Amino acid sequence: MAASDAPLVAMLGIVKRFGALTANDRVDLQIRRGEIHALLGENGAGKSTLVKILDGLLQPDAGEILWEGRPVVLPDPEAAARLGIGMVFQHFSLFDNLTVAENIAVALPGEGGRSEVARRIEEVGRSYGLTLDPSRPVWTLSAGERQRIEIVRALLRKPKLLILDEPTSVLTPQEADGLFTTLERLAADGCGLLYITHRLEEVKRLCSRATIMRGGKVVAACDPRGETVAGLASLMVGADVHEVRPAPAHAVGKIRLELNNLHLPAPDLHGTPLTGAMLQVQGGEVLGIAGVAGNGQSELFAALSGESLAPRPEDVSIDGAPVGREGIDARRLRNAAFLPEERLGHAAAPRFTLSENVVLSRHATGGLVRRGVLKTGEAQRIAREVIRVFDVRKGGEDPPAATLSGGNLQKFVVGREILREPGVLVVNQPTWGVDAGAAATIRQALVDLAARGSAVVVISQDLDELFAISDRIAVLHAGRLSAARSARTATREEIGILMAGGHATDAA
Amino acid sequence: MRLELVPRGDVPGFVRLLAPIAAVATAILIGGLVVALMGRSPAAALDVYFLQPLGDSWGLQEVALKMIPLVLIAVGLSFCFRANLWNIGAEGQFVVGAIVGSILPLALHGAGAGPWVVVAALVMGAIGGALFAMIPAILRVTLGVSEILTSLMLVYVAQLGLDWLVRGPWRDPKGFNFPQSVMFESSAQLPPLIEAGRLHAGALAAIVVVLAAWFILSRTLFGYGIRVSGEAPKAARFAGFDANRLVVAAFAISGALAGLAGIIEVTGQIGQLKPTISPGYGFTAIIVAFLGRLHPVGILFGAFAISLTVIGGENAQIMLKLPLDLTTVFQGVLLACVLAADALVTNRVRIVRTVRA
Amino acid sequence: MSLTEAILLTVVAAATPLLIAALGELVVERAGVLNLGLEGMMAVGASCGFAAASLSGSTVVGVVAAIFAGMALSAVFAFLTLGLAANQVASGLALTILGLGLSGLVGEAFVGTRLDPVGRIEVPGLTDLPVVGKLLFGHDPFVYIALLLTIGTAWFLKRTHHGLVLRSIGENHVSAHALGLKVLRTRLLAVLFGGACAGLAGAYLSLAYTPFWSPGMTAGRGWIALALVVFASWMPWRALGGALVFGGATVLQLHAQAASIGLPSQALSALPYIATIVALVLMSLGRGRSSAVPGSLGMPFVPDR
Repeated sequence: MAASDAPLVAMLGIVKRFGALTANDRVDLQIRRGEIHALLGENGAGKSTLVKILDGLLQPDAGEILWEGRPVVLPDPEAAARLGIGMVFQHFSLFDNLTVAENIAVALPGEGGRSEVARRIEEVGRSYGLTLDPSRPVWTLSAGERQRIEIVRALLRKPKLLILDEPTSVLTPQEADGLFTTLERLAADGCGLLYITHRLEEVKRLCSRATIMRGGKVVAACDPRGETVAGLASLMVGADVHEVRPAPAHAVGKIRLELNNLHLPAPDLHGTPLTGAMLQVQGGEVLGIAGVAGNGQSELFAALSGESLAPRPEDVSIDGAPVGREGIDARRLRNAAFLPEERLGHAAAPRFTLSENVVLSRHATGGLVRRGVLKTGEAQRIAREVIRVFDVRKGGEDPPAATLSGGNLQKFVVGREILREPGVLVVNQPTWGVDAGAAATIRQALVDLAARGSAVVVISQDLDELFAISDRIAVLHAGRLSAARSARTATREEIGILMAGGHATDAA
Repeated sequence: MRLELVPRGDVPGFVRLLAPIAAVATAILIGGLVVALMGRSPAAALDVYFLQPLGDSWGLQEVALKMIPLVLIAVGLSFCFRANLWNIGAEGQFVVGAIVGSILPLALHGAGAGPWVVVAALVMGAIGGALFAMIPAILRVTLGVSEILTSLMLVYVAQLGLDWLVRGPWRDPKGFNFPQSVMFESSAQLPPLIEAGRLHAGALAAIVVVLAAWFILSRTLFGYGIRVSGEAPKAARFAGFDANRLVVAAFAISGALAGLAGIIEVTGQIGQLKPTISPGYGFTAIIVAFLGRLHPVGILFGAFAISLTVIGGENAQIMLKLPLDLTTVFQGVLLACVLAADALVTNRVRIVRTVRA
Repeated sequence: MSLTEAILLTVVAAATPLLIAALGELVVERAGVLNLGLEGMMAVGASCGFAAASLSGSTVVGVVAAIFAGMALSAVFAFLTLGLAANQVASGLALTILGLGLSGLVGEAFVGTRLDPVGRIEVPGLTDLPVVGKLLFGHDPFVYIALLLTIGTAWFLKRTHHGLVLRSIGENHVSAHALGLKVLRTRLLAVLFGGACAGLAGAYLSLAYTPFWSPGMTAGRGWIALALVVFASWMPWRALGGALVFGGATVLQLHAQAASIGLPSQALSALPYIATIVALVLMSLGRGRSSAVPGSLGMPFVPDR
């Protein structure tokens, strides 16, 4: 076979195991020049593992990679870059304290001086509509601008294959449109693109071929333009996952959680200040807070939970009581519960056992401490109950938190909070990086908790999730919280404009 | 070619116990090599270092005597190290404890006070050490100054302060101009445990401290807070612990125990203040703490191993003309081996030949 | 030579070992590694340098031996922290203890030996210039090496591609690895460079500053050099300024003692250490909790496989 007829890259029978988990099970993938190829799958389907192998970050346990028809070994990302493989990461690989030019120059050895690099940044920026100021430090830039740096950096290495891992997860719908235009230009110039996502509309619009993964295996390959969204979804998700049942009709009660014109300075140099946040959440409803990452989500969570104290007591109220100056344990004693975004290291201590992790959020409220001494038996009892009710799969009787899979650990920490029957629950990114089955369980538990009369706040970047479970949706942009509007009448476009900082017509 | 680390996942408990033993064995091998390089017999050194001190009751008592300050300081350090705080100034806290604890015994010298003096001295020594240790802690929580450098710098300050006291205001006027205080009266000294033996009541204090620290760290909410703040600071904040208070508390405990060790050394063994009250216990205790895997009971075993080398080193200097620095070298090698063993418990090492694409 | 001139010359001499050691550590920390073993590496450099110089009769041989001794010890540190991902703080302490012990073993045989101190470089004509002559052209070679080292590290970090790579790795090693930068190899080289500098600084102490070896002669200078890196906000030129300030505190203390100004000598001896604490406090007051600290300083790096 002549090299020019061969696909740009072919991955054949790739196997990758992490302990007992097989992340990639005999996966085949071929990409041609000039095509935008979608790699589709739910969180945890094995997409990221596969592209990390292609980028030299991970080594496969079995299988072969052919580059332009020739077998190659990719021991590290540098080797992949030499072949012409570029990657734009989902979690950016940028250096916050360096300038844009330095961030790009560091990946381009032997490419002349700084002025030369700055000139080429401008050149590529002009031809693909990716404008950047080379002298700005990265921490001052928005997520969209950061992604532009990643793309420009990849382009300056003159890639033949560009991999984009969930590139729109940090973009507003409007920013995403701009990205699509750039990608189509690149494909027209002959570059192969591998586009990883779980968003089906994007695939139908952009891609000419799609490979669909589920549970570490390729389950289908097709032309997405000839498929329906529903058809792609069933391939991606499988048949066994049920959608969230809408909560039975229930009365929405009195206000249980309230923010009253909260102003909070940024906690550190790279943080976001909150300005004039107003919020009222009633018992019986799920209130979703949408927004692109880095717009003040963790700061808002900290303010609601009491990890950061508000300037005035009346800034935050729980069941009518001003709690702005109370810490997280005092707020828990008012029957509120909280769950942060980061599972390992924030919601749970990695090397502590599950029962020790029960103590983390329950010691103030759970009868777990008597005169300063821990009651370990009681902690173990609660852990067993959470494990049973939320079907947490684990190895061993009381294993360290870090040994659980993401989905199972998330079910455990969600269960730890929900089994307390809190009157107020605030969760940040409840299903981030969790498999579809666990995500459905968690969403159902949140909806059911609200139906029992609690006020539930869900901060999430996943609009589909928010539309599926929320009664009302507010949007966080640059530390400003919009008014909440009904999830039944709001459109994605409206929410998208708010996420980008624009003003939607007040339709709610 | 390169080294690659592969996480081991869940490790059975006996492997964690085995790691420090393997580390000691490796350190002994390296130490033997150094002795051989110096042209002496490693077998003779091994005998003098590790076996002879255990041969008679005199040697055993000396080993136990050295263990007292090492155990007390190392248990205190384990509170800091568990909370991921780097108090490396225990030597200074030891000295300040000895100074503050000596105030009463020296002031009441010749006044015929009862044995309450020694009790008061211990309490004051612990308080002095705690307050001195709180300086780096407070600088850290209020201004964000790294505790590593400040705690170490204060060691020099404490040592110079002691030097000034025993050459100046507290010098024994009948001491032939030696830099030392008067001998404490017997009411201001710790009683011996055994009649006419060298081992004093400080040994009981060390045992009580080990048991109390074990209970606090593993069974109380405060100990839980210390552990979780070292393991995952954000999780500690989520649990509602006040990070600043934990920092100050850990340093205070650590300083109190180092200070207690200092005044116990003075009232129990030396009987007077002089510039050489510590042969570097505060630094040696860092090795003890790691050798004991930061666990109070483990520290007991770690202190035993280390004080064996200290007594053995003194014997070796006399019997084999081996320099005292050899003991320091051995301790440094031992700490390196313990850290390596710890790392090898969490990760497996694989040697990989690099393949070019 | 006037008294002021003489004092300034001793300030430069006291600052030189601090500067050399601090520049090495600065590069190490910019690469994201915290090596607290500076004191141990300097001590080994001082004793090995002195031993080699008195056995060979050549200062150059002594200096080279000191540099290799510092590098050898830093290689132990690199094996522990980079090879095995052991805790950097604890490994640095192990290095200090090991280095102080080894320095005693090596130096023991040479207690009481004196060597001729390294001569000053005098440029005919220039050194005799009034006022600035001795200050600019009257130092020993170490002083000029330290100056070149300052210029070199500043240029390397700011202007070269490898310097940019090193800073990026110190800033965020996960991103750097994902971009294909060699995190561990770069850090290994940085740590070895730091060891070489510490060894050289030790050689200065036993070959030029005082022309004999005595136990514990580093006297906490390694720790002060560590503080100097923080004080300098990880910038080479500020390290030069800081070294002169710290050197000044040392010399001030000596002169105050000679002048017997009524304070106990111990209070004056404590001055450099107290000055270090005050400097650290002032730095924290000045910059709040800013981002001058390399982002992944002190954190072990274990890539996924």
